[in-house]
Amino acid sequence: MIPVGFEYARPDSVDGALALLAEHGDDASVMAGGHSLLPVMKLRLAAPEMIIDISRLRELSHIDVDGDEVVIGAGTRHRVVESSEVLAAEAPLLAAVARTVGDPQVRHRGTIGGSLAHADPASALPAAVLAQGGSVVLRSPRGERTVPITEFYTGMFSTLKEPDELITDIRVPRTGSAGWAYEKFVRRANDWAIVAVAVIDDRVGLVNMGATPLRAHATEAALARGASIAEAAALADQDTDPSADLTATREYRRHLARVLTRRALTTARG
Amino acid sequence: MSIMGTRVVRNEDPVFLSRGATYTDDLTDDRLTGALHLTLVRSPLAHARITSVDVEEARSAPGVVAVVTGGDIDLEPPLLFPMAAKGMVRPWLATEKVRFVGEPVVAVLTEQAYQGQDAADLVEIDYDPLPAVVDLRAAASDEVLVFEDVGTNTTNGFGLDEEFDEHLFDDCEVVVTREIVNQRLAACALETRAASAVWGEDGRVTLWCSTQNAQNARDEVAGWLGVDAEQVHVIAPDVGGGFGAKIGADPEFALVCWLAKHTSRPVRWNESRSENMTGMLHGRAQLQTVTIGGNRDGDVLAYRIDVLADAGAYPRLGVVLPMFTRMMAPGVYDIPKVESRARVVATTTTSTGAYRGAGRPEATAAIERAMDLFAAEIGKDPAEVRRRNLVAADKFPFTTKGGAVYDSGEYVRALDQVLEAGGYAELRAEQARRRERGDPVQLGLGVSVFVEITGGGAFSEDAAVEVHPDGTVTVLTGTSPHGQGHATAWAMLASEQLGIPMEKITVKHGDTDLIPRGGGTMGSRSLQTGGVAVYQAAGELVELAKQRAADILEADVDDLVVADGAVQVRGTDSGITLAQLAEREQLKVDSNFDSGAPSFPFGAHLAVVEVDIESGKAVVDRIVTIDDAGPVLNPLLAHGQRHGGIAQGIAQALLEEVVYDADGNPLTATFADYAFPSAAELPSFELIEMETPTHLNSLGVKGIGEAGTIGATPAVQSAVVDAVSHLGVRHIDMPTSPLRVWEAINAAAGSTE
Amino acid sequence: MSTVKIEMTVNGEATSADVEGRLLLAHYLRDVVGLKATNIGCDTTSCGACTVLLDGESVKSCTVLAVQADQQSVTTMEGLSPDPEHLHPVAAAFRAEHGLQCGFCTPGMVMAAVSLLEQNPTPTEREVREGLEGNLCRCTGYHNIVRAVLAASGQSGDKVHEDETEHAPAGGLAGAPGFSAGSDA
Repeated sequence: MIPVGFEYARPDSVDGALALLAEHGDDASVMAGGHSLLPVMKLRLAAPEMIIDISRLRELSHIDVDGDEVVIGAGTRHRVVESSEVLAAEAPLLAAVARTVGDPQVRHRGTIGGSLAHADPASALPAAVLAQGGSVVLRSPRGERTVPITEFYTGMFSTLKEPDELITDIRVPRTGSAGWAYEKFVRRANDWAIVAVAVIDDRVGLVNMGATPLRAHATEAALARGASIAEAAALADQDTDPSADLTATREYRRHLARVLTRRALTTARG
Repeated sequence: MSIMGTRVVRNEDPVFLSRGATYTDDLTDDRLTGALHLTLVRSPLAHARITSVDVEEARSAPGVVAVVTGGDIDLEPPLLFPMAAKGMVRPWLATEKVRFVGEPVVAVLTEQAYQGQDAADLVEIDYDPLPAVVDLRAAASDEVLVFEDVGTNTTNGFGLDEEFDEHLFDDCEVVVTREIVNQRLAACALETRAASAVWGEDGRVTLWCSTQNAQNARDEVAGWLGVDAEQVHVIAPDVGGGFGAKIGADPEFALVCWLAKHTSRPVRWNESRSENMTGMLHGRAQLQTVTIGGNRDGDVLAYRIDVLADAGAYPRLGVVLPMFTRMMAPGVYDIPKVESRARVVATTTTSTGAYRGAGRPEATAAIERAMDLFAAEIGKDPAEVRRRNLVAADKFPFTTKGGAVYDSGEYVRALDQVLEAGGYAELRAEQARRRERGDPVQLGLGVSVFVEITGGGAFSEDAAVEVHPDGTVTVLTGTSPHGQGHATAWAMLASEQLGIPMEKITVKHGDTDLIPRGGGTMGSRSLQTGGVAVYQAAGELVELAKQRAADILEADVDDLVVADGAVQVRGTDSGITLAQLAEREQLKVDSNFDSGAPSFPFGAHLAVVEVDIESGKAVVDRIVTIDDAGPVLNPLLAHGQRHGGIAQGIAQALLEEVVYDADGNPLTATFADYAFPSAAELPSFELIEMETPTHLNSLGVKGIGEAGTIGATPAVQSAVVDAVSHLGVRHIDMPTSPLRVWEAINAAAGSTE
Repeated sequence: MSTVKIEMTVNGEATSADVEGRLLLAHYLRDVVGLKATNIGCDTTSCGACTVLLDGESVKSCTVLAVQADQQSVTTMEGLSPDPEHLHPVAAAFRAEHGLQCGFCTPGMVMAAVSLLEQNPTPTEREVREGLEGNLCRCTGYHNIVRAVLAASGQSGDKVHEDETEHAPAGGLAGAPGFSAGSDA
């Protein structure tokens, strides 16, 4: 209910945050919206000794067009992503998916960078960005690097991000009028998805079908070969590794992945 | 102008909506200055021996004033519910073994609340795990004993000595048997449990706690502490919901009192939600074997229900509820032969208690499921089969095979009205069209007709009404509202009699020094006992006022009328106000009303659900409801009670379940995991009015609080099964989650190939 | 652990204190400022009873650290209505429609409703239900809460049975969670 005590710092720049991260290493955690980290800390499943609060850094909150990409600051709140006119025009899938994260209060605090960094396989935005394509921009005292989203996720709750790195931006291709859809299957509106499918331009991202967000490669390949939606969607669960829990068996998740993929593709292509 | 039956907004709300209500954890009473905060260290295992407890490091943590273990407490561990098997006592703090995940083992007292969890984390307890027993059949086999000294897990039973008649179904053309689960639920009152206690110089303890019955809490706590009831002063501040789980007191309340004595400091306790999900009483949890038989025309000739009920680790109120399940087993149906039996067993899980309906939803869900199974077996419409077997309107009072005496009822009319209002025929036609087309989204219809028993087993209630010299009125009641709006409803009753406006009437409750005797608020008892008592007391005050005024005004009592807060000589200007009478002499009446018997509200629900056949996801589109509890005092409040009950009923059918794994670990111990519905999961409800009075009290009123829950659950479960019955599905256990529906469809498809 | 000095405007009044980093905003409001209306109902950011406005936006104060709200302004339910006799229109609508029973979820529900209406002044029933998906109530079944929010928006509470889908108020299956219609978000 109450986190273990910690030291608190609120640097006024990204570089300031990086300096603190470098100094404290594994003892410190970065907090943006806090809606992935604080719940875990309150249950005492995580107890960082220092919290580096980056939630006020304006330099991390922006949505801009840059050539054929849209650049979204990692500290941009879900509410801003959801209601962005730029995204509505250039990458509407992301705006639509951001709108399904948690509830309105959560969306006023949670950030896209936080969600991507937390790497919960049940969360929606990582898979949406995976389908959208694009990359994650990471900065550390050692410099900046850009990692394609397809390489970013390495396992459950783990990414290629080093402990001394911060996600600063997410870059996604502008897909404008390309067909897209998002199908989220839940028991209650506010729940994590049992399974969800994000489709953009015949690329298919799967939520909660493995330890990381996944692309339905077999489906995508079938579509590229000219297969029908039904045929392609039947392959959606290939090479996935869904888990069993209270809400679903493995078989049920596989079934849902196929059904939702078919529905999403039908909507996207329709 | 009579206020009875009119829509009156609540007296409680202006404060509730501005500075907020005052719950136990909100209290800033001076007597609680300097209070210590209690944090409990609870068992992470379901069943284990405690081999060592080390509190030394915890003792020296910042802010720690005391760390207490079971051995420090010099009180007898109580048998919390006398009906249960002797020997199944609950330790104050576990010393030898723990019997459920969440059982308290160590008490940590700190100056500040935040320090408590830090210190608690430093307590080291070594456990030697024992096999858990969660499955009810396994518990009944006594292979793993929860209490070795007792020698059995059976805590108690009803009808266990009676043999079932093996010929009960001999003259039935059709017999159907099914095992049904009425799953374990969590009450989820938004306010978790809280208690604060301080001992005074006079040797009395003042205990503020979140309870549905201050007087009962006082008696229980006094008994557990081994002191006289007069030494305990219980105050229930505003209470954030109870739903049955906060009836009386919990042992933690008495522990708080003991710790306050031990440290000579006030002590405050407020549990977290996670603690609450394993610490507060759970509801339902019955495994039922139902057998129903009849002829192919649709007459039900015999019904049997065999109940295996879950007590949890330490017997509480839950162990008596199967008695109500048995009593209400045949429900609204006139069935010639009815048999029932119930065994209650202990398991290594949270104890069970009352939860909205408390034994009656279990009975109704079983008989309604049985009626559907019978109807499916003989190929007849389930609404028609019900109508055929309902107790006719001219049969009341009706003594049932379960031993209940139903006071009044119009079951056929309720069924007809709900079908009409719902457009049943058109819905069946729509369902047929969708089945014909093989639509991906199918329609399901579920009907329930139900009767329930209200009065809570405590038919006597007190009320006091006093008019003050300033013209205001105080009503004292033994009921204990926690959302039901008695401050408004009882004020309406007093206002009706006295002619004094509502704004001048204050209703007080939940303070045992002010109101030493009271039955509390549970079992839908309040209006038909406490409300009637208030109405009666106010009426008696009117008579008393007339007597006094007759002398003063030198008039005949028969020439006097009371209106607008004054006694007038009919047809003249001569009169005296009640306030003026109060100036001369205290104007107060204490009254008691004893209805002597329970009443039986009834109703019918029609649920319309849509099921996505591919995924199994079901959604309630509409629920059309009749919940007849006699004349309605305030439709605003009555509808609110129905809404809340219907929502909980739908939630049991569709969403909620407390789940334990085989090792007794709770898997649904947070609001994130337990499927408590939000507004997005529910539709708006359709309420139809029907008022069939009872002869048991002068207002003709029964109890409305639980009817909605009792009717909605079977209607929705039935509707979900109905949506996929054309695919061969006959039964789906609750909650009818998407996974369960999908698996049922697959199983039915598999078995027809 | 060292403490942090913070300043916060709460219901228009300046407040300040030295607090632990881990002090939840909800506890700052309840225990430091002494405003008890905001309640804590869970520990998984699920129930929303703790909802307040932070710089005008609804947030769950149990999942915000007090230090994160430094230099910001907070509005709690107490800040909406100056006294019981003068209720804010949203609060007044809750009373008129009996949108509360035990009252524990109410402060958070009212604040969430205020925020919802600010962003969507004339919501449909479906939008109200989804807009309040972060606020749990056990007593009311939400029926009257929805009526209250619709009434506060100037629309009739009876709109609850006038939704587009004839046989399925509140959007039926198509509008239910688990059936995101995808591209019409």
